[in-house]
Amino acid sequence: MYGFRAAGPMEQFEILPIVDLHLGSINISLTNSALWMLIGTGAIIVFFFAATRRAALIPGRLQSVAEVFYEFVSDLVRDTIGPEGRKFFPYVFTLFVWILVSNLFGLFPTFPGAPHALHTFTPTSHLIVTLALAMLTISIVIVYGFYKNGLGFFKLFAPSGLPLWLMPLLILIEVISFLSRPLSLAIRLFANMFAGHVILKLFAGFVVSLLSAGGAVMLFGIAPFFGAVAVTALEFLVAALQAYVFAVLTCIYLNDAVHAADH
Amino acid sequence: MDAEAAKLIGAGLASIPLAGAGIGLGLIFGNFLSGAFRNPSAAAANQPTMLLAFALTEFTGLLGFAIAMIILYTF
Repeated sequence: MYGFRAAGPMEQFEILPIVDLHLGSINISLTNSALWMLIGTGAIIVFFFAATRRAALIPGRLQSVAEVFYEFVSDLVRDTIGPEGRKFFPYVFTLFVWILVSNLFGLFPTFPGAPHALHTFTPTSHLIVTLALAMLTISIVIVYGFYKNGLGFFKLFAPSGLPLWLMPLLILIEVISFLSRPLSLAIRLFANMFAGHVILKLFAGFVVSLLSAGGAVMLFGIAPFFGAVAVTALEFLVAALQAYVFAVLTCIYLNDAVHAADH
Repeated sequence: MDAEAAKLIGAGLASIPLAGAGIGLGLIFGNFLSGAFRNPSAAAANQPTMLLAFALTEFTGLLGFAIAMIILYTF
């Protein structure tokens, strides 16, 4: 039998090397996480290349799909940041599409009998991946905020029109909330993906253990089976919603950087 | 008490935030719907804000989950 190592709910998150590579003492092996990131990125490149290869005024089927993505993110950026947000569009678009594809590809079922390292894997179910994305967003906010507003960026922490005696407390709260932004961005995406996959695996585990019990007990396996189907549907919603939420929050934080001095 | 048992109890206690997250999500969707039924034409424009509030509220519950995972797997 195959797949005994993937029997528990946690083994699916194991990072396994596929090609061992070492640069001095640094381990730069190609892992299953990196492989699925590459598959996701490759799929995005192929899709958008195919969709825009013969761009026409009246879009074909593929081009329509690409345009839906483009307009969705474009509207999002324009509505949250305004016309100045145009220069952030490529970043937000990349972020949205990459997170969406990473989330969705992790929901594909594994080909039965595939070696453990080749099981479907969600790169965004690891905190280090989402934290890197969140840190990138916050770094852009901080760098662009100081570049655009100079020291006026600090006005972000001191909203105008408040009594002076409230200021010390409010500045403290604002600073803490600003510093917790990368953490909350990262943990939200990671925990959603992680918890969703654990729940899926738990339901699947119920089905398998009830079916292997034999006899009348097998009938109890029907309910968790439909539970697993329902959770899978929910996970598709969550995968899309979390990509959207990440993009929206990135836009809101970028808006702070662009308009910090107007507060 | 055995340290392992205390760990498991702690991880179980860390799932209490789910209650708060559940109440919060109910308030958000309930209030959004009651507002949307009063003025359906304004509902679509406020949907992003609602989803954002949903994500922010959900985070408090997920933080409890993260704490449970830290208790279970790092100590």
